[in-house]
Amino acid sequence: MSDTDKQLRVSKIRNGTVIDHVTGGQALNVLAILGIDGAGGESVSIGMNVPSDRLGRKDVVKVEDRELSQSEVDVLSLIAPEATINIVRDYEVVEKLRVERPERVTGLLTCPNRNCISNANEPVDSRFDVVDDGVRCGYCGTIVRDDIADHLSVS
Amino acid sequence: MRHDHLLSAHQLSRADVEEVLSRAAEVAADPAAFRDRHAGKLLALCFFEPSTRTKMSFDAAMKRLGGDTVDMGSVESSSVKKGESLADTVRVIEGYADGVVLRHPSEGAATMAAEFVDVPLVNAGDGAGQHPTQTLLDLYTIRETHGLDDLTIGVMGDLKYGRTVHSLSTVLTNFDARQHFISPESLRLPRGVRFDLHEAGAQVREHTDLDEVLPELDVLYVTRIQRERFPDENEYHTVAGQYRIDAETLEAAKDDLTVMHPLPRVDEIAPEVDDTDHARYFEQAHNGVPVRMALLDLLLEEGE
Ligand SMILES: [Zn+2]
Repeated sequence: MSDTDKQLRVSKIRNGTVIDHVTGGQALNVLAILGIDGAGGESVSIGMNVPSDRLGRKDVVKVEDRELSQSEVDVLSLIAPEATINIVRDYEVVEKLRVERPERVTGLLTCPNRNCISNANEPVDSRFDVVDDGVRCGYCGTIVRDDIADHLSVS
Repeated sequence: MRHDHLLSAHQLSRADVEEVLSRAAEVAADPAAFRDRHAGKLLALCFFEPSTRTKMSFDAAMKRLGGDTVDMGSVESSSVKKGESLADTVRVIEGYADGVVLRHPSEGAATMAAEFVDVPLVNAGDGAGQHPTQTLLDLYTIRETHGLDDLTIGVMGDLKYGRTVHSLSTVLTNFDARQHFISPESLRLPRGVRFDLHEAGAQVREHTDLDEVLPELDVLYVTRIQRERFPDENEYHTVAGQYRIDAETLEAAKDDLTVMHPLPRVDEIAPEVDDTDHARYFEQAHNGVPVRMALLDLLLEEGE
């Protein structure tokens, strides 16, 4: 990324988090996963299908006055594996995080197996173990490989 | 055993299997020695779907250990009908007993239920998921007939929905076993199971024709192809007919081939096979009692 580019994309927010290189079309799912729906009063801006050298098209999400933690951003790896996270303070990028695949995600996805106990009316959250090329239900063992975003329970 | 519960065949290491099977062999050799082992203890039988045979087998096992059972009864007559969650049901029932046996129509039910109880919980079947005690008795039968190492096994029939098959094949990856899967294209092993076998580095081959592998097999494990898996009656008859065995089929087999079946069978094994030395399926069913005795003995003694 050139310096001018950086100026344009990142320096617009004073304090907060810029999530860049999000897979095109996934910005709203990113917000859903992070539980950001505007109700908390954060100022949020979204760029969708912005041209990108690396991804062709990408989404960019900027959340002001909120610094995401590593564990929060790791969950994003399931739908936006190339995402980069910049933590911004006083217009400066003070920290860059890469998303890393978590070992397990809880409560985020709905098991596609309708006969799975996690879809019954039981007092448990869904639980998925992250495996090589997808996620696997911790209750029934069903594997989800493609279109993980279609199984989000939060969107 | 290192485990508090038996939920899935996935959790069974080779050492776990050997521990249970050795204990089962001790039980079979001298049942009287186990007669008072768990006197005064109670096992709760929670069957959310009917499975008379499995329930009787657990009932017999617990009573032969000197203990007794309490039965939840049918779902129609219980609180479940009023909409109680499984989590609540098992939390109430664990107060009545020293262990719980659970059969439930939803996949993952036992795994979830175990999160809510402190007493040992045994999965006696969860939907199309796991049925690990069936697996243990299958393994015991194989051990008693052929042995679990240097084994060539063929599993035939409904491999897609047959949970006994999924559990057995998973645990066999811990042993020196070559596994052949023989089924119609539409009833192949599901992706998740093939993934597990692949992950475990298992030697697995899939076939549509039994003749291709029969002469190599030490064990042939036959399962039932159910009519309801096919939209069309004719298609069912055509397909199922190709996966039936009789005395003539077995002429191509090794003399010491062991034929197994989780029972009940319909017509996938001709009755004439019963009289051959190959047939071990009734013995396999009988092995359910010593194997479940051994398992309960190990789980209950942990809690002492
Ligand atoms: Zn599931």
